[in-house]
Order: sequence, then C-alpha cells, then structure tokens
Amino acid sequence: MKRSHNDHAGLIAPASAAAELQVWEALNLALNEAMAVDDAVFVLGEDVGVYGGSYRVTQGLYARYGEWRVRDTPISEGSFTGLGVGAALVGGRPVVEIMTVNFALLALDAIVNMAAKLRYMSGGQLRVPLVVRMPGGVAHQLAAQHSQRLEHMLMNVPGLRIVAPGTPQDSYWQLRQAIRHDDPVIVLEHELLYFDKGTFDHAAGAPPLHAAAVRRPGRDLTLIAWHRMVQVAQQAAERLAGEGIEAEVIDLRSLRPIDLPLLRESLGRTHRALVVEEDCRFAGAGAEIVAALTEAAFFDLDAPLRRVAAADVPTPYNGELERASIPDVDAVIEAARGILPA
Amino acid sequence: MQRDLARQFLYDIELARRFEQAAAEQYAQGNIAGFLHLYPGEEAVAVGTLRAADVGDYVVSTYREHVHALVRGIPAGAVMAELFGRSGGCSGGYGGSMHLFDRERRFLGGYAIVGETFPVATGVAYWLRMNEASDVALCYFGDGAVNQGTFHESLNMAALWKLPVLFICENNHYQIGTEIHRHSALAEVYQRACAYGIDSRRVDGMDVLAVYEETREALHYVRDGHGPCLLECETYRYRGHSMADAGAYRSALEVAELRARDPLLTFTQRALEAGWVTQEEADEMGARAGREVEAAVAFAEQSPPPTQLDKDVYVRPLDLYRGDA
Repeated sequence: MKRSHNDHAGLIAPASAAAELQVWEALNLALNEAMAVDDAVFVLGEDVGVYGGSYRVTQGLYARYGEWRVRDTPISEGSFTGLGVGAALVGGRPVVEIMTVNFALLALDAIVNMAAKLRYMSGGQLRVPLVVRMPGGVAHQLAAQHSQRLEHMLMNVPGLRIVAPGTPQDSYWQLRQAIRHDDPVIVLEHELLYFDKGTFDHAAGAPPLHAAAVRRPGRDLTLIAWHRMVQVAQQAAERLAGEGIEAEVIDLRSLRPIDLPLLRESLGRTHRALVVEEDCRFAGAGAEIVAALTEAAFFDLDAPLRRVAAADVPTPYNGELERASIPDVDAVIEAARGILPA
Repeated sequence: MQRDLARQFLYDIELARRFEQAAAEQYAQGNIAGFLHLYPGEEAVAVGTLRAADVGDYVVSTYREHVHALVRGIPAGAVMAELFGRSGGCSGGYGGSMHLFDRERRFLGGYAIVGETFPVATGVAYWLRMNEASDVALCYFGDGAVNQGTFHESLNMAALWKLPVLFICENNHYQIGTEIHRHSALAEVYQRACAYGIDSRRVDGMDVLAVYEETREALHYVRDGHGPCLLECETYRYRGHSMADAGAYRSALEVAELRARDPLLTFTQRALEAGWVTQEEADEMGARAGREVEAAVAFAEQSPPPTQLDKDVYVRPLDLYRGDA
C-alpha cells in the first residue's frame, strides 16, 4: 500500500495486490471510491471537510470533491442527520458521520423515527439510502459520556441495518456495500481500531454485508464477539490452546441481522458458546444473541450459553477502573472454564 | 385576480371543509381510528401556499396535513382510504392520518413528531441546491414547533448554505392546549428568523389571497438563489387539537371572533363581490365538493385492508444479503 505524497490530496490509493492497511485508511478508500463512481454520494458531519475527520477517515475528500459533497456541519446532530434523511428521500446517498456514538443520542429521532420508518409508513413509496457512521466503544479514559456502546439501542429498531466491521478488509467492503444499499445502514466503528493494521486485498471481492466470519476454527467452544472484543477472544483462544482447548472465534460483523446460520453451524460442532461483548450486560446485544441461539439450537447445547460483558456501570475515568469495567482475556478464560467439561 | 384561480381557491376550501367534516363523522362512526387532527379554520394557508407552488416543488408537512395532500392533488379517495387504513390509501394503509405520502406528487409526508419537518425539508433543499435544481422545498410547521432544537438547527444550516427552502409557519396560536404567549418568549414567530439572517414575513393566514401573494413573492426570492425564507401565517383552528381534545382551554367568544373571519365565509363573499362567481355557481361548487367527498368515503369503504405485515420494512429482505458492490 502506498500513501499519496501529495498532502493536498491525502487520499489512500489502493494497491494492486494484498497489502497492509489501517482501518481508517480502508474506510477512506471506500468513501473515495464510492464518491468517484456515484455523484449522489456525499458526506457530512462535524469536521469531516477541512479538518479531514476526527479519525482521518474523510481525509483528502474535501480537496477532491468540494464543499457540497464533503460538508462540514454545525454541531447539530439531530438536524444534520435529519438532513441526510431528507436528501436520501429525493435521490441522494448521504454518508453522515457522527463524531462519536454518544452524540448519536441527539440524532435518534432522525434515525429511529424517520430513517427506519419512512419506507414502511409510506407503503413502500420511499427509500432511505442513508449511511450513518459512528465511532464508539471504550477508548482510553474518555469518561462516561464518551465511552458508550449503544448497539443494543439500535438493534431493536425494525427498518435499520447495523454492521460493525473491525478489520481493514471488512471496513472497506461493508462501508462500500452500505453506501450502495437502498436501506438505512448504521456503521458502528470502534475508536481503538482505526489505527490497527491488517491485510487488505482489494481484489478479494465483497463478502455478504451481514455475514459473520470465523477468525479461528476450533472444536471445543465458540467465542462470539465483534469489534475489539474479537481480539480479546482471539488472545483468550491462544491461551486456551496452550491447555489443549480449541476455541472457535467468530467475528459477528453485523448486529442486525445476526448471522444465526453460521452461529448454529459452529454450535453444531462445539456445543458450547460464550458471547464476549464490550457493552453492558443488562439487555445488551449478547442477551439477544443468547436468546436467539437458545431458541434455535437448544438441543445442540452441552452447557448453558453465557455472556462475558461489561459491568453495568457508567464507564469510569480512572484507568484501572476503566479496564476493570470491560472484559479482558482473563475474564473470557474464566468464563470459558465455567462451561467446559471439568 | 384571475377568475379561474379564485374559483380554484373557492373549490379547494369547500373541499377541505367538507372533507374534514366527513372525516370527523367517520371517526365518530369508528371507521377512522388513532389520532385525527382536523384543519377547519386553517384552509387558507394550505390553499394559498400550495397553489402558489410549482409541481416540481417538494412538500414536507405535519400530522395535520389532509388538506395539504388534497390541494397537492392526491385524490380525496386515496386520502380518505388512508384515514380508514385501507390498501387504496395514499400510503397503502400503513401510515394513517398523520403519515400521508405521494412520491409522484412530491408529497413527502406527514410527520408526527413536532419539529421533524425542518431537517427533512432542509435535506431535500440541500440536494436541490447541490444539483442546482430550481425546485423549492416547502416546509410546514406549527407555532409549537419553533421551540424544538431542530427549528434553530435547520434554519441555521439553511441560511448558512443558502438552501432553497420556504419555511411556512401555520401559527394557530396553540400547541395543543398551551397558548403561544405561554409557550414562547417571543410570540412573533417571523421575528425569530432574523437570528439566522433569514428573510421573513407575516401574513393574515385567514386571507387566502394574501397568503397566495406572499407565497408567490417568497418563492420567487427563494428560487432566485437568495436562500431560505420564512412565512408566518396567522391562523386559527376551530376544533380541538385532535378528536380527543374538546378545546376547553379556549373561550367560546374567542372561537366566535375567529369564526367571523372564516376563510370560506370571507373568500366566498369576496368572490361574489368581485364577480368571480355567482351565488348559483358558488352553491354548485359546494355541492360538487360534497359529491367528491361522498365518493371519497365510498371509495374508502370498499377499499380492501392491507394484509402483509412485513411489507416494505426493507428494500431487500433482511437476510444476509450478498452485496454486489
């Protein structure tokens, strides 16, 4: 992968063969390519233009596409997200960036009352091809108002699609597909993953938008995770492997819909599963996953499905307490032992 | 004043008045459920503004929008059938009274959360301006909506980027039961626009000709690329906020005073005096509007209900969707 030396452009150029790419670079490439092939695509949000995006995701786009397609907005989450809905109704394909998922609480009316419902309420006359990107998760000591995981709030809304890419490859393809999609798609990004490097193969082709992926095959239990918790699960799996326990790690990648067929397939082999989630336990995404698997695969199970989740507290500022509030490798291993045969 | 236009106004108001009366009757009979917000008293606003608009302009309205839909040209039968929740309704029976849509006529709703019309219309206008189109987005809202954040946020963005949106305030002086002086520090809605450098004007919303003329001027201004404009129409609703509201917070005297300025009454009088219609013609117009409403009710009654629960939740079914990007 080579980066343009022209700072004025600052755009990420795709390599011809597989290369290393950071997550933000993959998102930038996806936006740039989507905008190049379709004039209806435009991005808007706070500091997406001249500044280049809080996590550099929109870097270089302003210089290439101009202010009408890369729009710096006032701090008005509710209305600029609603603006995206309005533009989507009449032919636009807006990509709204909400600076952090926490601010999306101010935009819930536009997302939940408008974007998710207009097609249905209009008897199928309208389409809302809107993408709303929002970084979230627990980063480094950002305190309670900047460290939330809100996937559970949006998962319960019919009309929305929700994806949660965690690698450069998935970030690129899921954003490209989200932009081409005629339904509203929420793209959850994780603040600690933007500068993670990973293999990127531009020629590999698109995976299904909502399909989960097996990151590590295993026969003894299944660890179900998304975003940064996939890495935690993988590290736990490595350590368990040292004890002769083979854990399968599944990166869910999508939270509405959830790839139940793949999860069932995995449970059919392992008969045990653990959800590892960064969100608070009570009524979190893991609750839905466990409930759905219990209904669908109860007779495949050799042990109760369990969750390793964040503590039910607002995220504390203190670094040690913050680390203690979300699952780590030890917590995953301990929970895994609890459902493995003695 | 063109004779044909005056006759159109008169017919529009007759149709609006009779349609809403029929809706109230059908509600009482149990054929219409849910929330039903009626428009009698406010007809001059929808008629005057929408008759001044072009067919290419977009309409974004509130939950009190039956008359906007009718004036925009959605057949009365399709509007009534939607109130009935039938498949022949303009939203297929999935939206109801508060969510009327007609994509072909650029009628984009029907929004039931106060303040939602601002960002939607601003977004439509953003797209129009981005594509250098000459169409305008018409954004309706009531006096109660101006204290929502979206009013201020959207006016700011519309002014900042000179977007082609006409903000039309239907000021009926009540947010449900709270009179405007009890909900707004500044009761003159049009004056608020100056905070964003937006050109604004106020008009007698009971006078359909005045509303029409002011809207025409405002639309010229917006279409010429000057950015948004705000038009405050001072009007009144005779009935309560919805069918669930008897309107006990207002005096009979107040309602009687406003009824004396009734748009149907005053405009009929004016049309007769100007010779735009004869009494006979006016009577015939009312009768014709009455027949159109009767036919609309009949259409709604015979329209079958929708049957598919999960129709159009998504453009593509919510499976694992293999992308082709």
